[in-house]
Amino acid sequence: MERPAWAPQGIDLSVPSVSRIYDYYLGGSHNFEVDREAGRRAIEAFPGLPKIMQANRAFMRRAVRFSVDQGITQFLDIGSGIPTFGNVHEVAQAASPGAHVVYVDHDPVAVAHSRAVLEGVEHAAIVAADLRSPRDILDSAEVRGLIDLERPVALLLVAVLHFLEDADEPAKAVAELREAIAPGSLLVVTHASVEGGPRRPEEGERVENVYRSASSPLIMRSRAEVERFFDGFDLVEPGLVSAPLWRPDGSDDDELDPVVFSGFAGVGRKA
Amino acid sequence: MTREPGPEPEPADSLRRFAIIWSRAIYPATATSMTRGEFEEYLLPLAARLNATLRAQPFDPRPAAEVGAALVAAHCTDPAALARILDVVDAYLLLYCPPGPALPSEESRTRCNRLQHWVAAGYTRALQERTRTEQEALSRAALAARAATEQALYESEVRFRAVFQGASIGIGIADMDGRILDVNAALTTMFGGLERHIRSRNVYDWVHPDDAPEVWEMQRQLNRGERDHYRMEKAYYRPDGTVLWTNLTVSLLRDAGGVPQYMLALMEDITEERLLSERLRYEATHDALTGLANRNLFFERLEQTLDGPDGVGVGVCYLDLDGFKDVNDSLGHAVGDRLLVAVAERLQACVTSPDQLVARIGGDEFAALVVNPASRADITGLADLILAALADPIRMDGRDLSVRCSIGIVEGQAGSLGPAEALRSADITMYRAKAAGGNRFELADPDSDARAITRHGLTNRLPTALERGEFFIEYQPLVRLGDGSVRGAEALVRWCHPVHGVLGPDQFIPLAESTGLIVPLGHWVLQQAAWQARDWQFPRSDGHPLRINVNLSPAQLGHPGLVPETLAVIKDAGLEPTALCLEVTESAFIGADEELMRPLREFAELGMAIALDDFGTGYSNLASLRRLPITTLKLDRSFTRGMQQQPADPVDVKIVEIVVDLAHTLGLSVTVEGVETGTQAEHLRALGCDTAQGWYYARPGPPERLHSLSLVDTTT
Repeated sequence: MERPAWAPQGIDLSVPSVSRIYDYYLGGSHNFEVDREAGRRAIEAFPGLPKIMQANRAFMRRAVRFSVDQGITQFLDIGSGIPTFGNVHEVAQAASPGAHVVYVDHDPVAVAHSRAVLEGVEHAAIVAADLRSPRDILDSAEVRGLIDLERPVALLLVAVLHFLEDADEPAKAVAELREAIAPGSLLVVTHASVEGGPRRPEEGERVENVYRSASSPLIMRSRAEVERFFDGFDLVEPGLVSAPLWRPDGSDDDELDPVVFSGFAGVGRKA
Repeated sequence: MTREPGPEPEPADSLRRFAIIWSRAIYPATATSMTRGEFEEYLLPLAARLNATLRAQPFDPRPAAEVGAALVAAHCTDPAALARILDVVDAYLLLYCPPGPALPSEESRTRCNRLQHWVAAGYTRALQERTRTEQEALSRAALAARAATEQALYESEVRFRAVFQGASIGIGIADMDGRILDVNAALTTMFGGLERHIRSRNVYDWVHPDDAPEVWEMQRQLNRGERDHYRMEKAYYRPDGTVLWTNLTVSLLRDAGGVPQYMLALMEDITEERLLSERLRYEATHDALTGLANRNLFFERLEQTLDGPDGVGVGVCYLDLDGFKDVNDSLGHAVGDRLLVAVAERLQACVTSPDQLVARIGGDEFAALVVNPASRADITGLADLILAALADPIRMDGRDLSVRCSIGIVEGQAGSLGPAEALRSADITMYRAKAAGGNRFELADPDSDARAITRHGLTNRLPTALERGEFFIEYQPLVRLGDGSVRGAEALVRWCHPVHGVLGPDQFIPLAESTGLIVPLGHWVLQQAAWQARDWQFPRSDGHPLRINVNLSPAQLGHPGLVPETLAVIKDAGLEPTALCLEVTESAFIGADEELMRPLREFAELGMAIALDDFGTGYSNLASLRRLPITTLKLDRSFTRGMQQQPADPVDVKIVEIVVDLAHTLGLSVTVEGVETGTQAEHLRALGCDTAQGWYYARPGPPERLHSLSLVDTTT
């Protein structure tokens, strides 16, 4: 007998969580040994992973500031994971006091931690929902309370689409969200790929194998596949590029590890 | 506390140069999302703090710990970062921030070393604190998430429980050993309300004699994990012994690894539907009056047996009560029905095994079926038993009613006898038993079957018989009693059946009447008789043409073309209407209205003779005789039987005398049927009868015979 959809999933802390592995890459301690073990194996398979995450993090911060510069003051961050430092609400509210931020994650531990971190923070909230069910997100009390869908919003899908298999129809989920948001809204995406960096496809497959036993699988996609997520959006300059190459903020990048050029980052504007 | 002269102020740019070097060294090892520039700005005050601590008098290295803590706060948490932090302090701090001449260089080196110790201590303490805090936060989050999940699970469980308990369908869960773990209220109610009783039973104990043969095999397959569910109607005994019928669906519940864990039973109580359908089935297969099986059930069982494996035998006793019609006619249907019930009880009492079935086929016809008899004696034995059971009269309302029966027996085997064929053969054989006097049984044999004249067979053949020329006509002379001369002849139709031979009108005229064939057949007879009559006209010269008598059925009287068609036939034959006599039975007039009478009146007005046939057998309303358009009374043979011997029965003599008187008074002539002896003829002549007909004069025969007879007659 299958459990009905409204029955909650249990929590299994013996399964590595993609959001806690991410925290481990960033040097955090919001992780358990299973997560660290998985993280170590992933790094072994794909050396330099933490640097990519750091670049990913830096890109997100620049994209949030860019959004604020474009006049956007509301943010929907889906797949937000474990809040550590430089979180969207911190960056956004630093740039634009009073900005509204709604985080979304389907990992119950990440949601509980986010709830603790956001306690007492104004204009920010966390929703326990899944990118695969955009309706649940859009219909949540938090989104309805904090996000005005009649005005442009920055939709952040940072390091999350590569956790959806093709069978999950990620493009369909993105399209459904696109339909819900106002023209002028921005789509902020980063996606794992072996393209752009020095790593070989076999190394990509090895890291995919590590993620096979985690809470979500990791799917590397090609540039063309990632570009398709921007259907209905116009990519802003410089287009779909490696995270460090997206509107760098002037630091000298001569010492960057070439591995950080793996994967894609981009921002699109809804017409 | 004395204060040493202050150090020479260091230019701000040398402090910045230190910060740049420091940032370059640490930045690659950090996880910070700050840009290099931001990180440099972040390090600048920390460098100033180190510089101030280095040269403070008295020297206190402890503030350097705060620098270490600040670096952890900037996410320089990788242990490699600490090495880089200290490397740069060790190599460049004194170079870019020299404490000045006030401090001996050895002392400066010592101070710098101690600063590094405290940076490391502060860094380590902060990292330890941070790690503990984050781990604790994560644990709290995990606990909170788990609590939330458990709450959600609990709520979900409550909902499931409510669905389970509140469902109107019965639900039960058992483990793979058949132990019943949980049942819901609906299921408990179905079983009579005692959950304890149900829980104490094992699934495999719930056997019921009506279980379909495959149910336990499917259960075993489910148990072995070879089947995921099955569905069927199944009966259970309730604790009080009553039977619960259910629509049962059993599903296998497996664990995540696919190993069978539980069995889930969903039950719908269909006891009432089942009873109703059993009731309907009973009513459809049993006779309402007697409670015996009816024709449908009998036929079904017979068919089942004969469709079974080849060689399985069957015996059928088909029985019909002798004289039941008399009981019904004389005592009424109510008594007749009670008699049938009593007979049914006696027949049922003859049944001694489940291989025997007694059924009421309809009316006063019954049948007994013997499935797979050991020998013929099993069947004839049952027939004997039935005959004996009916031997004693049945007492009803103080009267003893004697009921006997005739039985036809058929034996057969599956593969060589069909059910319809069996019943037909038994029916025919039963009539043979009846014809042989009744109160007996006869065994079917194919030759008798083939000869047996069944209403069904005749009816089927009748419509084509006319086209095939299977009918012919015989003539029986009518003799004038006064002088023995032949006055005419009655045309009598015969059917030369290809199987049964020559059949008399009694055997097929009723069928022809019921099928409507009587109209063309009657027309054909009239035509034949008319042509024959014409042949007979010419040789006679005494002014008394031979008259031909033709029977007219009541069904023909209603046919609108009767009068014109009859006249056309006469005209074609060149006959006068007076050469024809139409015979109509007395029963045709009973209740007949003027409309039916009109053709007869027309015929009579044209000079045709109309004879009232079989006079005295029906309801004879003497008063109406004068109003009927008739010219002759034909007295039934039953009146003249008593005159075959000498002396004649005085009552018969008196009756005939009165009838003749009456007829003559009304201007009617009298013809007598069935004259078989000279004595009879003598009596009838003396009584004044006009004409006679019977074997004494001649049997019905071909027209040539009559011709010669009449010629002989006129010459005497």
